[in-house]
Amino acid sequence: MNNWDRFTDSFFNARVAAEYLPKIIDGFWLTVLLAACVIVTGLVAGLALAVLRALGVRPLNWLIIFVVDLFRALPPLVIIVLIYFGLPGLGLEFSGFAAAWLSLSLVLMAFAEEIYWAGITAVPAGQWEASRSLGLPFLVTFLLIIMPQAIRIVIPPLTNRTIAITKGTALASVVAVPEILGAAQAGVSFSFNPTPLTLGAAAYLVLFLPVVVLGRWVETRFAWKR
Amino acid sequence: MNDFLEAFFSLDILRQAWPILLQGFGQTLLLSAITVPLGILGGLVLALLSTVRSPWVRWPLIAWVDVFRALPPLVLLVFVYAGLPFAGIEVSALWAVAIGFFLNTGAYYGEIFRAGLESVPAGQREAARALGLHRAQTMALIVMPQAIRNVLPDLVSNTLEVVKLTSIASVVAMPELLFQARQAQSVTYNATPIMAAAVAYFLLLWPLVRLLSRLENRQLASRR
Repeated sequence: MNNWDRFTDSFFNARVAAEYLPKIIDGFWLTVLLAACVIVTGLVAGLALAVLRALGVRPLNWLIIFVVDLFRALPPLVIIVLIYFGLPGLGLEFSGFAAAWLSLSLVLMAFAEEIYWAGITAVPAGQWEASRSLGLPFLVTFLLIIMPQAIRIVIPPLTNRTIAITKGTALASVVAVPEILGAAQAGVSFSFNPTPLTLGAAAYLVLFLPVVVLGRWVETRFAWKR
Repeated sequence: MNDFLEAFFSLDILRQAWPILLQGFGQTLLLSAITVPLGILGGLVLALLSTVRSPWVRWPLIAWVDVFRALPPLVLLVFVYAGLPFAGIEVSALWAVAIGFFLNTGAYYGEIFRAGLESVPAGQREAARALGLHRAQTMALIVMPQAIRNVLPDLVSNTLEVVKLTSIASVVAMPELLFQARQAQSVTYNATPIMAAAVAYFLLLWPLVRLLSRLENRQLASRR
């Protein structure tokens, strides 16, 4: 067996691939589910924090800024490990899926709040003043005048950040969630052949390559005109 | 309340775990000192290549960057560390981290530098060339400084992400901060070491997060 044969037998082994493909596909859907959960809770929580911050209550804003800074500074894997291995000490047991969901949501919440907030402050103050002087209440001004202008500004950075954090779903393999990477690693140790990893990498490309290309498009579509 | 303190902030446990946590912290700094320059170097090469007009360079480059931005870094790392030995190439954990990070963060830095280069008006290049500067001089002295200034917040942000990302090296048993904290936690059955690691990461990176917030706000203000 020459080197090339050995290489294909290792990384592109058809028999191993056929055996573990169903596991990888299960993992694929689990990754999709986890990603969807993280995106929904993270973006909604981030928006809620940004709205709270717009109210302008000083002590509350300091708290929000601290929480945002905290989850921007901590590595996601550290948060996952802390929740999964740390909280049981208090009698709070989390499944691996819940730990990853909660951790990544908190991280996305922090980054999203910062981006929403940047978008809100980028809307000129005259918009606030004009709307309030027309007699619109605070919340109506915020939702109908400020947010529509802010959202357009924040779409490109928000898209890119959401993609980056969603890729963190692979970290869930560390706390025994059989998502793509977890399933692939289990496959490698059972079959003693790295083909499941090749399949896993391919599954990630199927999932994320279109998203990355979409992110590229969004960036040019909503670009600032200089 | 006492249970909480005992589970997360036990001074006894902290005293025991302190030496290996400190070692881990040193390893994390070392890893960052290796992976950040490596990624910047890779990014600069990719960005300079992206100025080449030929489609034979352009399309493979876009494919390279998009593939390595689409693969989660942990997947790359596991692939390099657990996969390559099957091809007869034994890699140490440090090499696996270096290779995996180079592929992933290089692609990200490359996109940032490319956006920076594109943000510099063509007139700058033409004026420099008309004044008799070489191609290399034009790039190094005229275009690059303006490009870097324009994308500084993104560069700082990506660097922050890379330092945070070194925590995934714990998965391939690099004895960095998170790995050491996990070791100490599993020996003592107490979460204090992990909490201590989290605090260390926060103290290390909070100044960078604050700086980033200010840079981002200034950038938005200048666009208004």
